[in-house]
Amino acid sequence: MEAHVEHGHHHHHDDVELNPAAWSDGKRYAWLLGILVPLAPFIAWGAVEGTGFGGFWFLGPVLVFVIFPLLDLAIGMDATNPPDSVLKWLEQDHYYRWCTYLFIPIQYAGLIFACWMWGDGGLSVVESIGLAVTMGVVGGIGINTAHELGHKRDDLEKWLSRVALAQTGYGHFFIEHNRGHHVRVATPEDPASSRLGESFWEFLPRTVSGSLRSAWGLEAARLDRLGKSHWTLRNDILGAWAMTVVLFAALAIAFGPIVLPYLVLQAVIGFSLLEVVNYLEHYGLLRERKEDGRYQRCLPRHSWNSNNVASNVLLYHLQRHSDHHANPTRRYQALRHVDEAPQLPTGYAGMIVLAWFPPVWRRVMDQRLLDHFDGDVTRANINPRRRQQVLARYGGGRTGAVATPGAPS
Amino acid sequence: MSAWRCPACGYVYDEAEGHPREGFPPATPWADVPDHWACPDCGVRDKVDFEPVEEGS
Repeated sequence: MEAHVEHGHHHHHDDVELNPAAWSDGKRYAWLLGILVPLAPFIAWGAVEGTGFGGFWFLGPVLVFVIFPLLDLAIGMDATNPPDSVLKWLEQDHYYRWCTYLFIPIQYAGLIFACWMWGDGGLSVVESIGLAVTMGVVGGIGINTAHELGHKRDDLEKWLSRVALAQTGYGHFFIEHNRGHHVRVATPEDPASSRLGESFWEFLPRTVSGSLRSAWGLEAARLDRLGKSHWTLRNDILGAWAMTVVLFAALAIAFGPIVLPYLVLQAVIGFSLLEVVNYLEHYGLLRERKEDGRYQRCLPRHSWNSNNVASNVLLYHLQRHSDHHANPTRRYQALRHVDEAPQLPTGYAGMIVLAWFPPVWRRVMDQRLLDHFDGDVTRANINPRRRQQVLARYGGGRTGAVATPGAPS
Repeated sequence: MSAWRCPACGYVYDEAEGHPREGFPPATPWADVPDHWACPDCGVRDKVDFEPVEEGS
């Protein structure tokens, strides 16, 4: 049974099917564009065949890091929400979930095709690397698809989530994300919430190692309660990683061991793409502690949002991130824009590129973050290793006292 | 036997059913579930935030 809490006071027990006739979903067919990304290796092949230019093997990164940011700038934003009265109907329409299921067979057809090209396709090393980068982008966006499916109560969708993660070897994500990140989001305890004064390149090793340790701890605690050993395939982390080992081994047997370095390269690129998205979702945002020492619950102001249409279609409304954290089991098509949520200056696709260049990122984001806290930098989640520097640069708080070197303290 | 509902997503912990996958076999009292246990469906709220489910509702 799906039991969703409806927001708004005019809803009681609307178990009756609501008639959505008065409303139509403008993005309904746009969601099919999500399969453009897993189709990238095939499109790249077609472009190389058609033009003879091997550079097209790099289509994946060009698509996500150049074309989608430009589409965001060209198409702009859409903040409209489905009316509350159709949310329930919208969520139960299976068309939308099939859009996400469809991603996965295409993702794996592409991976097999890529292995065939690496093994027998006569590509140069540079072309093979280009194809690996393209596959890494597919795998990284595949983690986004896995994210959508992994939040659902349905066992089939949870399983599909794990399958989608196998390409990048990031099977522990669906444990750590749902049970770790969502619980501790926008606190210093969350490895996947980035901090003011922390560049993406500092964040990357911290989130990769911290998320892994946290996932293991969560799964170990569960197995302890069950009285089972940690070292078994009942451990969901080991089970998920076993899927990756079997997948890579089967591909190496079928297409030759030459595919292995490219499989590893695309996996690293894939999970790094997920982690750069993590970097921008909660940058510097911090939940306050209540009097009892617990953190206040996650509110809309604890996630960065964007209404850019192109990135929202690419990422299944991931950018409506505040509503996602308020209602993690809500399906993507029903996620809503929230007025109180802090907004990024452009879509996630463009912000990813900015995050790779820390001086540019700081220039674009730090003042925006300060404005969000009404100029009080002490309300931010600050990198502890650089706390003094950050306070010196942005002021020590409401008093506006700027620490200057050598000044009496 | 009583039941407790997550105020964020509506997940219900029913003592009669427990949550075997999480290590709480059927008939595990709510009191035996640790306070830091977060909702297994949404992760938004912790055990201490859960609300009792009224009988017959």
